[in-house]
Amino acid sequence: MVKRIDKDASRFRQIIRGKVKKNLKKYVTRGELIGKKGKDLVSIPIDQINVPRFRFSSRKSGGVGQGGGDIGTPIGSGSGQDGAGEAGDAPGRHILEVDISLDELAQMLGEELELPNIEPKGKKNIHSDKDRYTGISDTGPESLRHFKRTYKQALRRQIISQSYNPDNPAIVPIREDRRYRTWKTVVQPESNAVIIYMMDVSGSMGDEQKEIVRTQSFWIDTWLHYQYENIETRYVIHDAVAREVDKETFYHTRESGGTIISSAYKVAARIMEQDYNPAEWNIYLFHFSDGDNWGEIDTDECVALLTKTLLPRINLFCYGQVESPYGSGLFIRDLEEYLPDEEKLVLSEIPDKEGIYQSIKDFLGKGK
Amino acid sequence: MELPVELDTIRQEIRGYALDYGLDFYDTIFELVEFDELNEVAAYGGFPTRYPHWRFGMEYDELSKGYEYGLQKIYELVINNDPCYAYLMKSNKLVDQKLVMAHVYGHCDFFKNNLWFSKTNRKMMDEMANHAIQIRRYVEKYGAEAVEDFIEVCLSLENLIDPHLPFIKRERDGVSGEGEPVTPVKMKSKAYMDSFINPKEYLDEQARLAEERLLLEKTKFPLNPQRDVLQFLLGHAPLEKWQSEILAIVRKEAYYFAPQGQTKIMNEGWATYWHSRIMTEQCLTDADIIDYADHHSGTVATSPGRLNPYKVGLELFRDIESRWDKGKFGKEYEQCDDWETKRNWDKKLGLGREKIFEVRRMYNDLMFIDAFLTPEFCIEHKLFVYEYSDRNDMYVISDREFNMIKQKLLQGLTNFGQPFIYVEDANYLNRGELYLSHQHEGVELQLDEAQDTLENLVKIWKRPVHIESILDEARTLISYDGKEHSEVEIE
Repeated sequence: MVKRIDKDASRFRQIIRGKVKKNLKKYVTRGELIGKKGKDLVSIPIDQINVPRFRFSSRKSGGVGQGGGDIGTPIGSGSGQDGAGEAGDAPGRHILEVDISLDELAQMLGEELELPNIEPKGKKNIHSDKDRYTGISDTGPESLRHFKRTYKQALRRQIISQSYNPDNPAIVPIREDRRYRTWKTVVQPESNAVIIYMMDVSGSMGDEQKEIVRTQSFWIDTWLHYQYENIETRYVIHDAVAREVDKETFYHTRESGGTIISSAYKVAARIMEQDYNPAEWNIYLFHFSDGDNWGEIDTDECVALLTKTLLPRINLFCYGQVESPYGSGLFIRDLEEYLPDEEKLVLSEIPDKEGIYQSIKDFLGKGK
Repeated sequence: MELPVELDTIRQEIRGYALDYGLDFYDTIFELVEFDELNEVAAYGGFPTRYPHWRFGMEYDELSKGYEYGLQKIYELVINNDPCYAYLMKSNKLVDQKLVMAHVYGHCDFFKNNLWFSKTNRKMMDEMANHAIQIRRYVEKYGAEAVEDFIEVCLSLENLIDPHLPFIKRERDGVSGEGEPVTPVKMKSKAYMDSFINPKEYLDEQARLAEERLLLEKTKFPLNPQRDVLQFLLGHAPLEKWQSEILAIVRKEAYYFAPQGQTKIMNEGWATYWHSRIMTEQCLTDADIIDYADHHSGTVATSPGRLNPYKVGLELFRDIESRWDKGKFGKEYEQCDDWETKRNWDKKLGLGREKIFEVRRMYNDLMFIDAFLTPEFCIEHKLFVYEYSDRNDMYVISDREFNMIKQKLLQGLTNFGQPFIYVEDANYLNRGELYLSHQHEGVELQLDEAQDTLENLVKIWKRPVHIESILDEARTLISYDGKEHSEVEIE
């Protein structure tokens, strides 16, 4: 049943959506949403959208309460921002939390950043067959017999033929009553994607740099999840050596060693080789570092790895260089120099949190 | 959905008890609804049909989330109408349904008999539906966005009404004195004393004053400050027809809801008092006891930072009843200073029941607290005043003294917790600007919201608007001219 309120409710959602969209840049750069993420929904705190009125300032006005306690006993926090400042008999100003699905969020991101939809490769060649039970037929294997339908059919027949006795309602199906489930084979084009995140966790990558990486990966994740149905993520960290880790470790480890970037590329290559056949998978590599690689020789090796092993197999390789007070930031220059015309390679420098917005656009703006 | 037989039998039973206790109400129709229907109706303020607006959607969103997460559940919802409509949630237990019915009859009695409700439209259900139809028509004609935006503008000013207006009978605003010759006011005197009592200087002064007054009457508009700002705007703002109609609708609905704001404590207290009596004295079965006690204690639960109107109202009614039963009132009692005597005071007057019915008829929250809050009550119920403390960014208990508590409570209830705002001058600076004034009582306005509200006001008045108030303890004129906000300190 369509309820009257639905229209008002959807209008409200529309307004909220507009509001979120308007402030998207703020959310993108602050990273506060990451903690608010559930399985499919994100709770976004937005300013109250109540109708403004001439009203008393709630803060500092005090009021009357009830309960024990001596004079001076605290009864509630004062900061309205935390949503805890609801003391007072006037309803407090509260922050509204709206739930927005990740898809919707990605859609907004796409609209705001003008991201093109990704055209997955392999779409045409990869499909999977799926059987769906869609109908009923009067022939079929016994294992697919639809009991309820069969029973109904028998009941109907008995009533019509007046052999149904309400006092002794025994229903005996005969051959013609039997009904079976039938199926259809549906061909589903499938597009699978994998994201391999690589991050430099050497001593020169501080917490602030990691925060930037974290925030940016969140948005990239959101976008790619929206674009692909099946998506996997893998994480690699490296300093002088690289290893694959879980998500938790990825964001929270801090090592102190030097930086050999090629080690990470090797691990990524190995992961691809083992698990992801480039003919079936859309592969995305993201690498974040402060660009302070150890020596020319390793950079050469990186370039070789990229051109020979990685780039031919993947959709996109994104290198994000986070500015850090310690790193020389040379790596991005080297890549620019050695691989000037590589289409699948995107380079982006992220000077600070504000830079995330542009960087996402750099990375995903190609529609690969 | 109509009530099933089982519930209807209970309804009749409870209705009988309510009548026996002397409650007096319009016919009350109960509807049995699912939780989402209840949320819908609640979002619409209890009415099945309201005009379309996103704020109802927001309300609904909040209610359904609260319900889904198990944070809140609406138990009772009853609207002031003849007949009264009330809603029962399908999934509630039988004992809850009993309690809600008993509670609802309490409200219905209050709606019908309390003086402050006497001027409300008892066919509001129909009127609301008419408003909805009317506004939907405007939506078709002028577009959803335009109408919605304008409704929002009106809602933003909705609290600028005068709740006492329905009770004021004005002498016909006669055309007073205009064009009459100015005769100086003479003081009465015997003829031979006249030149002493009314010397020339005095007469001249009077003549000058009268002249001034006349000039003022010609230039000042409105002559006296107007509290019903909405009405003033309806009469004098340059609005299109449909806009005036919408403003009028919003105003009517605001007046309809105003008594509920004025009698929150009493209304809930009264209903709670009666559900408690009906349930415990009449219709609880043994099996119901635990659930009832659980539910009732939830209703009257207290928390430090907020005053529960159900609790305070209930206890005050009980207190009044017991005081009037025992004769704990009047000069003799007040002047008695022996604590022990006072405590054991019992003249066995038995006037309690009569008194509470009288109170429910005549009073509103403000008068209720003013008349019946006693120091003993404050102590017994542990009332306190809390204030914001800068030192630790907390609200802390600041006082337990009776007068302070009472003062603070009354302050919160005056004008049902809304600031007093008047139209002072509609031709400010002789430029057709609107000048409002906030009659300050110690609490300042929320500045950012006030500014947003001024923006909305400009959309109606179409000329710059000002409101005089106090900000950071300085008299300030907060203005918006359609482009920029300003705050100027004034003398």
